[in-house]
Amino acid sequence: MHDTHNIQSSDVVIIGAGPVGLFAVFELGLLGLKAHVVDILDKPGGQCAELYPEKPIYDIPAYPVISGQELTDNLMEQIKPFGASMHYNQMIERFEKTDAGWRIYGDDGLIIEAPVVVIAAGGGSFTPKKPPIAGIEAYEGVSVFYAVRRMEQFRNKRIVIAGGGDSALDWTLNLQPIAEHITLIHRRDNFRAAPDSVAKMKALVMDGKMDLIFGQIGELHGDNGQLTGLSYKDLNKDIQHIRCDTLLPFFGLTMKLGPVEHFGLELHENSLIKVDTEKFETSTKGVFAIGDINYYPGKLKLILSGFHEAALMAQEAFRICRPNEKLRFQYTTSSSDLQHKLGVA
Amino acid sequence: MQSCTIHVTDQEGKQHTLEGAVGWRVMEVIRDYNVPIKAECGGCCSCATCHVYVDDAWLNKLPEKHDEECDMLDDAFNVEDNSRLSCQLILSPEMEGLHVTLAPGTEP
Repeated sequence: MHDTHNIQSSDVVIIGAGPVGLFAVFELGLLGLKAHVVDILDKPGGQCAELYPEKPIYDIPAYPVISGQELTDNLMEQIKPFGASMHYNQMIERFEKTDAGWRIYGDDGLIIEAPVVVIAAGGGSFTPKKPPIAGIEAYEGVSVFYAVRRMEQFRNKRIVIAGGGDSALDWTLNLQPIAEHITLIHRRDNFRAAPDSVAKMKALVMDGKMDLIFGQIGELHGDNGQLTGLSYKDLNKDIQHIRCDTLLPFFGLTMKLGPVEHFGLELHENSLIKVDTEKFETSTKGVFAIGDINYYPGKLKLILSGFHEAALMAQEAFRICRPNEKLRFQYTTSSSDLQHKLGVA
Repeated sequence: MQSCTIHVTDQEGKQHTLEGAVGWRVMEVIRDYNVPIKAECGGCCSCATCHVYVDDAWLNKLPEKHDEECDMLDDAFNVEDNSRLSCQLILSPEMEGLHVTLAPGTEP
């Protein structure tokens, strides 16, 4: 899967495009360092964009109130002059030492070489929530899927889709024409998904082209990972059964530490990366951790702490990337060099 | 500051008696005592990982759910009539003795 002829190179690879990862692009950029940013989501902003885009945040300096999405949009605007390469829908699986620094591998074929790695992965990788159903693991990847990568895979299947949000509704509508049969199961007759999708789904139900059931999945039935049916609790709390060979549960995303756990870095309570408070460097030289994912005595999981950490990290990243150049401390208000980099001079 | 005592049964059935300040969210009290709770969005009703079952005796004594909480419960599992998001339960003196049980899916 990895094409070694197509290795990209950078000064710094930032894992995570949340607010702290994005601001790191800015601080590195002021020092003339180029960054590649990799994120598992399909958009920038991390938690701010995925979990609470509309929610007001009150503790960003100089913003009495700003929403998660506005904060993300502003950061994207602020880092625009630095032309960072953004890689979405990609999870960094591992990195290895090379003569020049690190070779970093993504799970979708991406390879980047850089002297510095910055982990700004917040609460970890966003992954689909898995229903707490006994034995569900045996079916995962065979007949239970949390995402649709190839629609063809579901042609002529008897599919149950669980959930009431946009993912559940979108896939119901997209897969209905090719599936043998589709049942959408949701816990109530009220959907968070776009009203237009809900109306289209209800029209299909009216036409007898699919089933809509109100209830919650209880048990899975099948052999060797192949689902043959499932039981659910209906609104009267009675247990009912449906025959199906495929289940697609869509209950949103949750954060898991993910591959970071196996990067060989010293951890705090198995979940946070230990760093120093001068450079925010991990137990491995040239690998930094900033934002919610790091730990040091006195750590506060605040976006503003991550911004500070990004600025200090950048100083050491410069020393590693430009060992023969002198690091000069400058202000954006007065330095023509910085203003030139910002494109405002 | 006025406080009240709440009882929390964790995901393994262990009981915890916690003291929380009036005005705090039940989720914040649970987290403050290091009782295992994911609560990953930090309390802004955006993730459903602070899902609790309220003891039946309390079912009708708590402020009703807002639409946002009802919507967010769609991302929780094994939702029952007594399901609440503990980040939306703000401690008041009337909640003295409240008993909640952490639901599956709240494990950190």
